[in-house]
Amino acid sequence: MLPLISSFALGVLFSFGLAISEMIDPARVIGFLDVAGRWDPTLLGVMGGALAVTLPLFPWIQQRRKSLLGEPFHLPSQARIDARLIIGAALFGIGWGLAGLCPGPAIAGLASRSGGVFLFVLAMIAGQWLAARSTRAN
Amino acid sequence: MAESNFFGGLTGGLLIGLAAALLLLFNGRIAGISGILGGLIDANPISERLWRGAFIIGLVCGAAVYSWIHGGLPLQLQVRSSGLLLAGLLVGFGTRLGSGCTSGHGVCGLARSSPRSLVATATFIACGMLTVYLTRHVF
Repeated sequence: MLPLISSFALGVLFSFGLAISEMIDPARVIGFLDVAGRWDPTLLGVMGGALAVTLPLFPWIQQRRKSLLGEPFHLPSQARIDARLIIGAALFGIGWGLAGLCPGPAIAGLASRSGGVFLFVLAMIAGQWLAARSTRAN
Repeated sequence: MAESNFFGGLTGGLLIGLAAALLLLFNGRIAGISGILGGLIDANPISERLWRGAFIIGLVCGAAVYSWIHGGLPLQLQVRSSGLLLAGLLVGFGTRLGSGCTSGHGVCGLARSSPRSLVATATFIACGMLTVYLTRHVF
């Protein structure tokens, strides 16, 4: 039960971060990506703030043998920089630039009960499912 | 767009980084939202789905509480339904294929000094900037 409570609470904290930084607002994200327009550095502040915490803490936490609640660490094991990584990141970037939404802000944005955000999240789940299906077939 | 909100961004970023660090410390998990969502659909066993579900519900609840305190969320959609549909498909497909999004590659991967995450982050930011340039200034 404890891992579930902690996971829920940290989802809430993460979401507060998205809302306070206004990353939940596609206008902010597009403003950052629009380098030829009125450039908005807010997203840079968010990345800087987040990395100021994770850069020193991650290596320190990973010195432990397991997590505080007893689970072993589940870390990505892939190391190769391959076409899948780059094509995937490129397609994600195009979608991100089109709508100004990425997975975290889109899911948190469901709280606005906006039909458009629901549509985006449903399409995102469909896209994930399609990718899982097509890569399994190879 | 209104004034830049660099310090609000910095504060929010600190909370996001703290949430990611605590999820690793307590649960041993990487706070990559696309990965958490993806595993919700097809991860086994069921315990794999439960913590993911709890985190996703937390994301929605956190924003709902913020909205309740502030009387709404700062959220202005930038494209119509067809654009949201296409963008959602691309974001879902791309994050699954590329194993991560802004949080997984950008916040957590860079903190783990992962070369894959550095390449992915540079790629999606560059492609996002190019897309905005083309949609806002060319077409």
